[in-house]
Amino acid sequence: MVDGATALPGRSVLGGRVPSRAGRPPGRHALRRRAVHLAFLVPALLYLLLFFGYPVVKNVVMAFQEYTTATFYTGEAPWVGWANYAAVIDDPVFSRALMNTGLFTVGSIAGQFTLGLAIALFFHKRFPLSGVLRSLLLLPWLIPMIAASAVWRWILDTDNGVLNRALGLLPFVDGRPAWLTSTSLALLAVVIVNIWLGIPFNATILYGGLQEIPDELYEAGALDGATGARAFWSITMPMLRGVVTVVLVLGVVYTLKVLDVILGLTNGGPANATQTVATLSYHLSFREFDFGMGAALGNILILISLVFAVAYLRLNRRAVDE
Amino acid sequence: MSRTHRSRTALAAAALGPLLLVSACGGSGGTDDTDGAVTELHVVDYYNNDPNKSVWQEVLEGCADEVGVALRRETVPGGDLIAKVLQMSSSRTLPDVLMLDNPDVQQIAASGALTPLDEFGLDPGGISEGVLAASMYEGQLYALQPVTNTLALFYNTEILAEAGVEPPTTWEELKQAAADLTEGDRYGLALSAINTYEGTWQFLPFMWSNGGDEVDIATPEVAEALQLWKDLLDAGSMSQSVVTWSQGDVADQFAAGNAAMMVNGPWNLGTLEAVDGLEYDIVPIPAPTSGADVVSPFGGEGWVIPRTGDDARTALAAEFVQCLTGEAAVTAAAVGTHTVPTDPALAPAVVEQVPQLASFAEQVPNLRARTGQLGPDWPGQATAIYEAVQNALVGGMTPQDALAQAQDG
Repeated sequence: MVDGATALPGRSVLGGRVPSRAGRPPGRHALRRRAVHLAFLVPALLYLLLFFGYPVVKNVVMAFQEYTTATFYTGEAPWVGWANYAAVIDDPVFSRALMNTGLFTVGSIAGQFTLGLAIALFFHKRFPLSGVLRSLLLLPWLIPMIAASAVWRWILDTDNGVLNRALGLLPFVDGRPAWLTSTSLALLAVVIVNIWLGIPFNATILYGGLQEIPDELYEAGALDGATGARAFWSITMPMLRGVVTVVLVLGVVYTLKVLDVILGLTNGGPANATQTVATLSYHLSFREFDFGMGAALGNILILISLVFAVAYLRLNRRAVDE
Repeated sequence: MSRTHRSRTALAAAALGPLLLVSACGGSGGTDDTDGAVTELHVVDYYNNDPNKSVWQEVLEGCADEVGVALRRETVPGGDLIAKVLQMSSSRTLPDVLMLDNPDVQQIAASGALTPLDEFGLDPGGISEGVLAASMYEGQLYALQPVTNTLALFYNTEILAEAGVEPPTTWEELKQAAADLTEGDRYGLALSAINTYEGTWQFLPFMWSNGGDEVDIATPEVAEALQLWKDLLDAGSMSQSVVTWSQGDVADQFAAGNAAMMVNGPWNLGTLEAVDGLEYDIVPIPAPTSGADVVSPFGGEGWVIPRTGDDARTALAAEFVQCLTGEAAVTAAAVGTHTVPTDPALAPAVVEQVPQLASFAEQVPNLRARTGQLGPDWPGQATAIYEAVQNALVGGMTPQDALAQAQDG
């Protein structure tokens, strides 16, 4: 995503406007200058190749190989073609993981975005202590995920968790929901925790977007009778469209690959109820040491993310054109 | 040349400089000269927490002294060891002596990174057959494992006495006792049915003792064992949270009095000792029927010698590993880390010092290796087993269906 943006100015530098002035072949000076320009590009280019290009290519190749623990010692990884993909897709857990990934992503994004927007709108109206309260919102970002998931496990514990103890005090609630241990609730519980985690990102970016909308628009709207909900749908939302697109698309890409939240809370269980493509890929690679199959799943995930990344770039370009 | 040009060239050179430096550093290094006598052995293990870390430090130093070298020890967290070993494999920086969890030995041996110990005439001595099965790969010995651990049934003596319940010895008694001991917020039994290899490890004593086999789990014997767990859960004798509890969580529940009995291992002895007012005792895991043999898996780590290509070092490493299975080293390690010797002949001296180890020591001759039949394919089947357990316990499947699906998948 970044490479496109940085490479563009580079091309205009290399485009050779300089020698065209006199219409003769580039001289020694011009060549030297071009070499200097190139030299400045090399670090960025090497960085991109080393840290973005190499891992992606390696992952694609690995998915076509029988890449196991032995490969690390012998350096040999027999070519197996599409066998890894076939095995991964054939696995009954795969369809479950794919569906869970979809539900997890849609649920998380819907919750994060709605609550994030509500909070951003709330803080857009200034009131005493709003600055302090707004900074408190960033709390989930400040806590290491491992610690946060351990605390959430306590909160959601069936027998002794704070949540169920509190529910037990209510007169009309009976039973103790098994948040993390029943196959019907575990995915919901994981989504709730991920929403909590994603609210700061959504609220912060959307709040920034709201700040950009000029007050004059609301004043003019108010003169025409557009206040409250009308102002929100006719002024706020259209003006916020660019920011909303960014938040949603980045949110989807981040959520698709979420690993730590699920590993910390349920490790994909119980009975694969919270197994996603990301956690399954992790398990295959780092628990069963079948790196080829893990890579195949990882590539499928990258492909899904890529669809959204391309959508993001296109929408972004259109926004810039406008 | 104009001034601006020169400064630009300099700038570009400056920009490239660090990169060249980085690549230069990456290219060299990693080689050490092999001339002269070996003065130290590089040892890697995952005993990175006290008391185990310092107990092993003394044992390792003792053997280093005996062999006549200095000890260079590196400890890594348990979860990182295999990643570290793979990394060292590909960069050819494997240590002289390496510790591996016993179910990983065959996997790493299969990669070709280990030296067969027979070449050095290493003697496994009286190490039990079951334990040796995990140390062998394709008929050759790759590891020596001095001490081991396994599972047993811990019970809260106070709660059982109050309820007038005797420690169970059969599955029927276990179900009855667990039901009788369940009261209010307290469950009769706690165990770990988590969706990791820990859950599989806890299920094995029940599955194996009933005649089940890991090669084919879609059998009535395995289904009966799974039915026992399901009955315990459905009767409310254990919490549904067993599907998320690690063995550490199980020990916490037991220590807090939330469970009257638990399935767990001797590595908890230290922490349970420290709990105020907790009175407990340990008996073997209940057998399917009265008098039947209990077959449990064994834990613990083996010591292996990676292929480093340096004969002098490897020969010394072999002496060092042999020393680790000597009586002095085994006794010190077993007493200090609450484990039992893999050689039953050495057990009495250890049990004399730590009486709670008796229930574990008496199981040693019957212990069975997780990788004895499947070798490097064990991780895949271990995953299938815990998935079947979870599907039957909370996934709404019958034990038969869950096991059949797991065996096919």
